[in-house]
Amino acid sequence: QASSVSGPEADMSSEDVERLLIQFQDENGEILGSPFDVPLDITQDKLQLVCNALLQKEPVPLAFFVQGEMEVVSSLGTCVKALGVETEQVLPVVYQPQALFRVRAVTRCTSTLQGHTEAVISVAFSPTGKYLASGSGDTTVRFWDLTTETPHHTSRGHTHWVLSIAWSPDGKKLASGCKNSQICLWDPVTGAQIGRTLTGHTKWITWLCWEPLHLNPECRYLASSSKDGSIRIWDTVLGRCEKILTGHTQSVTCVKWGGDGLLYTSSQDRTVKVWRAKDGVQCRTLQGHAHWVNTLALSTDHVLRTGAFEPANATVNPQDLTGSLEELKEKALERYNKVRGSAPERLVSGSDDFTLFLWNPAQDKKPLARMTGHSALVNEVLFSPDTRLLASASFDKSVKIWDGRTGKYLMSLRGHVASVYQIAWSADSRLLVSGSSDSTLKVWDIKSGKLNMDLPGHADEVYAVDWSPDGQRVASGGKDKCLRIWRR
Amino acid sequence: DHHERKRKKESREAHERSHKAKKMIGLKAKLYHKQRHAEKIQMKKTIKMHEQRKTKQKNDDKTPEGAVPAYLLDREGQSRAKVLSNMIKQKRKEKAGKWEVPLPKVRAQGETEVLKVIRTGKRQKKAWKRMVTKVCFVGDGFTRKPPKYERFIRPTGLRFKKAHVTHPELKATFCLPILGVKKNPSSPLYTSLGVITKGTVIEVNVSELGLVTQGGKVIWGKYAQVTNNPENDGCINAVLLV
Repeated sequence: QASSVSGPEADMSSEDVERLLIQFQDENGEILGSPFDVPLDITQDKLQLVCNALLQKEPVPLAFFVQGEMEVVSSLGTCVKALGVETEQVLPVVYQPQALFRVRAVTRCTSTLQGHTEAVISVAFSPTGKYLASGSGDTTVRFWDLTTETPHHTSRGHTHWVLSIAWSPDGKKLASGCKNSQICLWDPVTGAQIGRTLTGHTKWITWLCWEPLHLNPECRYLASSSKDGSIRIWDTVLGRCEKILTGHTQSVTCVKWGGDGLLYTSSQDRTVKVWRAKDGVQCRTLQGHAHWVNTLALSTDHVLRTGAFEPANATVNPQDLTGSLEELKEKALERYNKVRGSAPERLVSGSDDFTLFLWNPAQDKKPLARMTGHSALVNEVLFSPDTRLLASASFDKSVKIWDGRTGKYLMSLRGHVASVYQIAWSADSRLLVSGSSDSTLKVWDIKSGKLNMDLPGHADEVYAVDWSPDGQRVASGGKDKCLRIWRR
Repeated sequence: DHHERKRKKESREAHERSHKAKKMIGLKAKLYHKQRHAEKIQMKKTIKMHEQRKTKQKNDDKTPEGAVPAYLLDREGQSRAKVLSNMIKQKRKEKAGKWEVPLPKVRAQGETEVLKVIRTGKRQKKAWKRMVTKVCFVGDGFTRKPPKYERFIRPTGLRFKKAHVTHPELKATFCLPILGVKKNPSSPLYTSLGVITKGTVIEVNVSELGLVTQGGKVIWGKYAQVTNNPENDGCINAVLLV
């Protein structure tokens, strides 16, 4: 039965505002409570109060969407008028819980870390945000102390440019791959190399990806992709190659280890292949792109990267993860299931043919959606940490935001004057930072679609950008050999 | 003469040394040979050092400059000065209406080369018919004019429907159906006839490549320029104009 304040039907009274019957639904379509009769000029915070009361849990910030598309920003009335919805019927209103914590936008450069003697090519924060590592063209990997913003260790061992670095999900190891096809493992605390240098690939390493924490809390296996067209799975404890996955005919540009035990790889031969991690068997080939596939993104990327670390529990001084392996695995698995929900992981691939494809790789060979609109090649795609949005950075100087579930185009962020190289989401999915070849970084507010902060300062192109998982800092490195840290 | 004698004595030293080394026996010989071996090693080292100085060595230690991240490795960067001048040049070309094609200049084919005179009539005196001697393309719905009246004959043996088109960046070749002849550089007459010679711009059906416009529409026709002499090879090779 409909509960209402005055009258059961939506009646048009002459002196006060029109009323409307609405039904709260969550993202998966499950109905919450019974239809409510509300005035048309009800605002977003009143809706939030009502919904939170119905949810009977701790109050969470919520966002409301009418007909799944339009967000209720000011009042319900404006949405209804804009969409032209019939006021006679019950209107479903979808509520989406937003992240509890808010990440503040970074505004200033707190330090310029010099030390590298060549361009900084890759930058990565550890999963808890405690350590920062950077790989550069001078063949070293440097670790930086974040509390004092000074150099911590310089790790030498590579013989050519360090092209890609990857932290293990427990934050205890860093893997780095170089242009001479060697992979080294480093300990962030001492800066020393762990174990042997892993050799085996014949051409340079393009991407490194660790096995997720909830599948193996020891963080033992590492996948590497290379220009020679093969993917190797390494056992870091024994220091040898476990499996070699061949199948691609040209350079493999990206490899991602999914949370369900599947490996996804993209290559310059225009295909994306899905492999089973256990036995290295190829499951599927996803075809459709017309040119090189440059980048991949999984909807659960952020949660796999941070493992058992919960950004809401972050403190000002980042701490290491404590607890036994079992506890960490439990926490990681819990976080993973929460983000993944009931639907399987989604995969997005960006390519040189200026389009992106949204796939459901575990089930289908056919793409869910093809996202067109860019006028130059797409360099990087990233899902937001809450998997609702998708951002793509392209050489046409714009960043485009798409819906993470359907692939529908939402907005374009313009402001850069040269190709956008890399992007990074903040942990609460409200802000996005993009680094470009015009030497600036820009922080965008997703809700309004506008530029929040412009961060100039680099002297030359910005090659790598990363936002720490606890949301406090942004690190960027570029051709001018400096690493800059930005804070609020 | 003192200098002459000195010179000759020194040159004899090598021979005397070798004579001694051969004749020596016993403990003395052992000691001598040990000492001589050490000397020879030093000599060889200095010779090698000198030789290294003369030849140029590949510098193994230094890593090359210009480090770029992995996503930029297979791409050629453009120097900034070039970018500006290219922009200006492109604007000028667009204004002038000139387009960039892989083969800008092609040898013009004269009428006597492309068209062969066919004699008709009771006494084979009439010479108004012509036969095309080069490869040509006729559309799908092509029907000949009544043979008494047709001026240009296009033999079926020289009609082609497909072309081997190479994508210049992917370096892959596809066999694509031809949609039409856009422009033959030798003469507009050949364009209207559909004659395909080297340098002709043709339109091909690229729907199997899967290219898409910004608006989401599938591209199904693109221009390509012919790069070989099809009448000599028996096939049409073209380069896609991206």
